[in-house]
Amino acid sequence: MEVEILSRLQFAFTIAFHYIYPPLSIGLGLLMVIMEGMYLRTGNKEYETMARFWTRIFALTFAIGVATGIVMEFEFGTNWAKYSRYVGDVFGSALAAEGIFAFALESGFLGVLLFGWNKVKPKVHFIATIGVFIGSVFSAVWIVVANSWQQTPAGYHIVGEGMQARAEITDFWAMVFNPSSVDRLLHVWIGAFLAGAFLVMSVHAFYLLRDRYLKLSQRTLKIALVVATVAALLQFATGHQSADGVAENQPAKLAAFEGHFEESAPGDLYLIGWVDKEAQKVVGIKLPGGLSFLVDWNFTTPLPGLNAFPEDERPTAINTIFQFYHIMVAIGLLLIAITLYGTIQWWRGKIFYQRWYLWVLVFSVFLPQVSNQFGWYAAEMGRQPWVVWGHLKTADALSESVSAGNVIFSLIFFTLVYLLLFVLFIYLLNKKIKKGPYDESDIDDRLRLKDIAVQFDSTKSKS
Amino acid sequence: MQTFLGIDYPTMWFLVVGALFSGYAILDGFDLGAGAWHLFLKDDRSRRIALNAVGPVWDGNEVWLVIGGGALFAGFPEAYATLFSAMYIPFILFLGFLIFRAVSIEFRGKEPMKWWRNTWDVCYSVSSAMLALLLGVVLGNVLMGMSMDTNFIYTGHWLEFLNPYSLLVGLLSLSLFMVHGAIYLTMKTEGRLFEKIARLLRRSIIVFVVLFVIVTVVSIFFYPHLTDRFLNKPVLFIVPALAFLSIANVPRLASMGKYLQSFIFSALSISFMLIIVAIELYPVVLLNSAGMDASMSIYDAASSEKALGIMLTITAIGFPLVIAYTIFVYRAFWGKVQLDETSY
Ligand code: HDD
Ligand code: HEM
Ligand code: HEM
Repeated sequence: MEVEILSRLQFAFTIAFHYIYPPLSIGLGLLMVIMEGMYLRTGNKEYETMARFWTRIFALTFAIGVATGIVMEFEFGTNWAKYSRYVGDVFGSALAAEGIFAFALESGFLGVLLFGWNKVKPKVHFIATIGVFIGSVFSAVWIVVANSWQQTPAGYHIVGEGMQARAEITDFWAMVFNPSSVDRLLHVWIGAFLAGAFLVMSVHAFYLLRDRYLKLSQRTLKIALVVATVAALLQFATGHQSADGVAENQPAKLAAFEGHFEESAPGDLYLIGWVDKEAQKVVGIKLPGGLSFLVDWNFTTPLPGLNAFPEDERPTAINTIFQFYHIMVAIGLLLIAITLYGTIQWWRGKIFYQRWYLWVLVFSVFLPQVSNQFGWYAAEMGRQPWVVWGHLKTADALSESVSAGNVIFSLIFFTLVYLLLFVLFIYLLNKKIKKGPYDESDIDDRLRLKDIAVQFDSTKSKS
Repeated sequence: MQTFLGIDYPTMWFLVVGALFSGYAILDGFDLGAGAWHLFLKDDRSRRIALNAVGPVWDGNEVWLVIGGGALFAGFPEAYATLFSAMYIPFILFLGFLIFRAVSIEFRGKEPMKWWRNTWDVCYSVSSAMLALLLGVVLGNVLMGMSMDTNFIYTGHWLEFLNPYSLLVGLLSLSLFMVHGAIYLTMKTEGRLFEKIARLLRRSIIVFVVLFVIVTVVSIFFYPHLTDRFLNKPVLFIVPALAFLSIANVPRLASMGKYLQSFIFSALSISFMLIIVAIELYPVVLLNSAGMDASMSIYDAASSEKALGIMLTITAIGFPLVIAYTIFVYRAFWGKVQLDETSY
């Protein structure tokens, strides 16, 4: 039991930390492709400056994304050995495809993207930027497919019994296109675009408020606003698609999302609320029958509530799941409001004169991040107690030979390392933003003088 | 049983995983080795040049580890699960050092202060060396065998990984990577820095050869299961013979100033040594020290034929692509390091 809690805590902590960075890398990748594409089309140096600036920030998010990602891959074996034995046959091929098709592409071209500005032709550089972007987009494909297979398994059969039971693949494409993978993939991609676009808007809105790099920032802000507006609207649609899928494939999870307890009754849709698990009641602002309407276009369709499932097959932390889910949705609506308002003001030519709105943009960088995190928490906690929906319980998925002491050690270790990483990340991000788009060198000039001095010394001592 | 090019699927996948791990050892081997030398270089400029020699390629190199790990998981889930959970602490440490190394490379050049750069230099160098050592330690444990029950669940103590033989193999891999890394650096540097590295290279080759002889002797006397295969089938002695020849070529070519050829031979030496390991093991993936007959063979560990077939297809499509990007990147950064404003 103790090992279970500790391993779950460790997995949740390490993946949540990892997931701060991939959405930024994917989202910034898209914006960099747009910026560099505009540079090649127009030949306007300003776009190049912008692309180079964001590449430098991208380097930072990417480095931490890579460093924390390898932890995730190894953790399946170290902490979830039984799970690995159980799913390896099915899940492994998605993970292997990810490595070969996505990570190799991504990191192969990364060197040229970061260091090739003066070494290769602009077109070749652009190809590298696209390569890195496509690589990151593909890496999301395979990992989300793997995770979706855990949520809604397909294309497999179970062989062996009891301790020896394990899933074997029967149909690769059915595994890849399992019932939830496409919906969730679109939702994850767009969540990543939102994360990137809001970071770009935040930084350039800040420059505008400080009267720095005015022309460049106005231009960049507009590009990011277009991406953000389209993405925010699409995210609403893909979120709805996902919810529809959950209703069909994981009804217990949907019941947890909305705190729906009755065995069979029309489901309500809450704007905000608080779940009292003991009393099996939710207090809040609701649209009666709204959930049934979303699922079936009919306010009175009965939906199975939590009580319709055996006690040991329903999620436990109902209120927590409810809150995570509702905050994500609320933020989704807020993002639509923010971006549509901006687009209208832009159209009226007033966007850059409303300082309060620019301040809103500065701070809304956190909103997509929070949504991305909370969306995963809701999806994963709503999956409990299953690790593979309907087949393998989380409690049965642990490593047999790992002791609580070992996990306590690793948990403390990762916590300290990641805290340090996070502080450094914020520090360096802040520094790059302060230096601004026109500061090419991260290296202080004094150093170059010192270098010359060193060489001077060495020639002197020779003669 | 289905076959591919006349070889059964599990064996084929054993070869794929082996090829990926040797690709990893050759590629990340030189940048880990270069990192281990970092503190031997004294002034900031030399360190920057050394760092930028690996700057554009280390991440691509590390991906071989990611793919190798994924390939082990996908093809031999049983072996992946047992090995990773048995070696819990070494792998957690390994991950920690990987993180520190990745971020030291990224962070070092971001501030001019001496203490900042020195801190990251130490971090970078120590973690590079520790990674090289830990890889050898894990390999040492695999060679010795681990105690497992009939369900292939590890029954040993979590501290058992720290034993003299494995530490010795760890030192061997550290010295091998340092030789390999030094040769790489000689190709990337010029002038006084180049001369210094060439000097360090000559010394480290001696250390490596001494360790190599010790490990060979210890293996023969204390772990006879490792040499059985060769004694039963003397033709196989060709492989160790080739390994010796290519190791001998490394210092010979280096002393003639032919560093590229010398680098090729050090890469070949690494693969021959891993081929020796593969021959010693096959068809076993994890030796059981509680009873060699109860070892985990590739057939015990393998995924279904269906899964292996799918993955062989994925590999056949993907592998040429990986090679193509690798060549593209190495060509873009061929030659001596020139520092510019995009450098670390
Ligand atoms: C939505 C996308 C997404 C999600 C859900 C995850 N990752 Fe990730 N991962 C990425 C998207 C990504 C990314 C965008 O491809 C990287 C590269 C740079 C970055 O910031 O994140 C990354 C890096 C990265 C790396 C390093 C690759 C390299 O060396 O280039 C590994 C091994 C993993 N991840 C593994 C995982 C595992 C095992 C996950 C789940 C448990 C996981 N990632 C969740
Ligand atoms: C990046 C996005 C992800 C986030 C934020 C995330 C979040 C979480 C959280 C919060 C938990 C703990 C749940 C709990 O203890 O109640 C968890 C568990 C887990 N997740 Fe995810 N997850 C993500 C992606 C994935 C992916 C892509 C996979 C597999 C391909 C995966 C597999 C697992 C496994 C094996 C566990 C452990 C068992 C469990 O506690 O359910 N996760 N994840
Ligand atoms: C606009 C209203 C939104 C709705 C109706 C919605 C709906 C959903 C649903 C139903 C799930 C669970 C899917 C599952 O468990 O299979 C989910 C998960 C998730 N959401 Fe949302 N969402 C919305 C907005 C957002 C926004 C704005 C973001 C981020 C910027 C976001 C990021 C995520 C993420 C990362 C996940 C976890 C991955 C997944 O399961 O797809 N969502 N969302």
